Amino acid sequence: MREVAVIGVGLTEFGELWDKSFRQLIAEAGSKAIFDSGIGAREIDALYVGSMSAGRFIGQEHVGALVADQAGFSHMHIPAIRVESACASGGLAFRQGYLSVASGINDIVVVGGIEKMTDVTGNAASDILATSMDQEWETFFGATYAGIYAMIANRHMHEYGTTREQLAQVAVKNHANGALNPYAQFKRPIELKSVLNAPMVASPLGMFDCSPLSDGAAAVVLCSMDKVKKYTDKPVKIIGSGQASDMLPLHGRDSLCTFEATVYAAKAAYKQAGIQPKDVDVAEVHDCFTIAEILAVEDLGFVKKGDGGKAIENKITTLDGQIPVNTSGGLKAKGHPVGATGVAQIAEIVFQLRNGADKRQVKDARIGLAHNIGGGGASCVVHILEAMKK
Amino acid sequence: MAKNNVIGIVSYGAHVPRYRIKSSDIARAWGKDPDTIINGLGINEKSVPSIDQDVATISVEAARAALARCDIDPQDIDAIYVGSESHPYAVKPTGTIVGEAIGATPDLKVADYEFACKAGTAAIQSCMALVKADMAKYGMAIGSDTSQAAPGDALEYAASAGGAAFIIGNKNVIASINYTCSFTTDTPDFWRREGRKYPSHGGRFTGEPAYFKHIVSCTKNLMNHVGTKPEDYNYAIFHQPNGKFPVRVAKMLGFSPEQVKQGLLCPFIGNTYSGASMLGLASVLDIAKPGDRIMVTSYGSGAGSDSFDITVTEKIDKMNREKAPLVSQLIQDKEYIDYATYAKFRDLLYWE
Repeated sequence: MREVAVIGVGLTEFGELWDKSFRQLIAEAGSKAIFDSGIGAREIDALYVGSMSAGRFIGQEHVGALVADQAGFSHMHIPAIRVESACASGGLAFRQGYLSVASGINDIVVVGGIEKMTDVTGNAASDILATSMDQEWETFFGATYAGIYAMIANRHMHEYGTTREQLAQVAVKNHANGALNPYAQFKRPIELKSVLNAPMVASPLGMFDCSPLSDGAAAVVLCSMDKVKKYTDKPVKIIGSGQASDMLPLHGRDSLCTFEATVYAAKAAYKQAGIQPKDVDVAEVHDCFTIAEILAVEDLGFVKKGDGGKAIENKITTLDGQIPVNTSGGLKAKGHPVGATGVAQIAEIVFQLRNGADKRQVKDARIGLAHNIGGGGASCVVHILEAMKK
Repeated sequence: MAKNNVIGIVSYGAHVPRYRIKSSDIARAWGKDPDTIINGLGINEKSVPSIDQDVATISVEAARAALARCDIDPQDIDAIYVGSESHPYAVKPTGTIVGEAIGATPDLKVADYEFACKAGTAAIQSCMALVKADMAKYGMAIGSDTSQAAPGDALEYAASAGGAAFIIGNKNVIASINYTCSFTTDTPDFWRREGRKYPSHGGRFTGEPAYFKHIVSCTKNLMNHVGTKPEDYNYAIFHQPNGKFPVRVAKMLGFSPEQVKQGLLCPFIGNTYSGASMLGLASVLDIAKPGDRIMVTSYGSGAGSDSFDITVTEKIDKMNREKAPLVSQLIQDKEYIDYATYAKFRDLLYWE
């Protein structure tokens, strides 16, 4: 396998972007990434795009070819591949792009992620997201993602004494970070009491424990390591990539309090990178709900199982903590256009490792990790990236 | 439209059904926190039409109130336009019922209007044009609604009932309409398809790109044309889908809460849709003095706004405004009902 680096990133602002269409968003993110990388369009060998449900959100399938066309690449006739893995669609598109370069089939690929979620009502969006749960065992009986994650939160509180306040602190931290991120949907800090007093969604999760519905796109350019010198002196190398799956519905799993898919994907990524969890300087994890971040920091090995609540309480994961988590604001504050999320996480890690994250920069960040979950933990993609020494 | 100081409001009348339901009662029925709802929407209670009240009866009440305040022979009313999004019939006009009830038929131009919450102000513009063209001696413009809301929808706290009628002419004008303009785009923020009982809406999309964009643009266009500034007005009335939006849009435009207060009825009676900005204007005319200047900007989803620059004339002192109920009296004359009664009145119950 060849070594592969990220040489360009591009993001749109995330939010309720009523004035921007699916096509405009992906073209904006893609052209920013290509411009950032310094490559010429004719050097692109293939295009990967993560999108969870363009068919349901905007009535548009066949997204791969559409994106190539919108990018102005139709005359190049390059392979264009749409990747779907629920909310991990973006992370998985990144992994597919990475594998294609690592394998030697492609030298340069562009990976995009996108979702346009606010053209439909909130209820319709919930229905669409719920299509990625188990239709026969979960959705059919009225389950929603808020409900599923609420069950997980209740069990975690029961098993490990995690508190309502600790869950709320995840949202407070991520909003504080989002306030420093110009791309974030919510660029304002919130107070603990606002989280605790917010309207209940699914007990114990209130409105501020849930990530929002968002529009947005992200893109990165991947290049074989032996060719990066031509384009950049700040390549960010992909040193680990792991992916794992799990039982689709929750009920058959051994525990509600751990996502085995995260554990296995992380194990594979750490092994390939040859590092330990303690070596990670900055991480973007999948906080679709506050409890999901608590699970993630445990399952990724940053703290031991059951200590995720204490980790947030003891400020281990804040911007100036031992292991800063979700410096971008996470899904909670940055926004969660599902197909874009996994690619946007990579973009944030690249900003950090290039020392270009401005007010939210983690000092001397050298190794970063991105963790993208699909649905209720049935898919997980973990990537580890490393800044190249000059 | 060219500036014309002669045409304006000759008389006006209002009607609000007397039943009220408190926002807290609706909130409790759906397991919501009453304080969060009341603080969030700025609506304490809303009017509810009784089983035998509809847009026709509300319009007739308002039209009769307008006639009671002046000496106009109903036969001199040459046009009646009723704006509503809850006309009792899909096909068959409300305006004919009103015309017959007040004795204005048969030499009468009639049509029903629909433009979400601004059909009534559109009717005022039509009447102004007819009077100006000498095609009518007087025209009557009515905005009236018994608006619909799906049970449990956020709209349920706002959608209420009421209406106002304005007689437009060029003799004995109590308030001259100096200028009017409109601002219209195709913006689908709120709609109800043919045959559907309840409307749909785009949530937050009804705010920034819809309500605020249209009201701000239309009001600014009017002030640019007329050459006025917010401080030139004694009163300002903006469409009021809740208690918060009109105050916020006033601030955006540079109007003070004091200028908005007299015309802001939504906290006490809810959103009367086509009646809303017109009842607000009626409330201001109830206390206005000669020389007072009034800004009115309506908003109708779909979407558009009509702005009016109005100056009260000395003729208003000759009008006995007590000959018909004042808006403040209509607001005070109330009887509370609970959610079960509300459900009965609003046909929310199902049986075969």
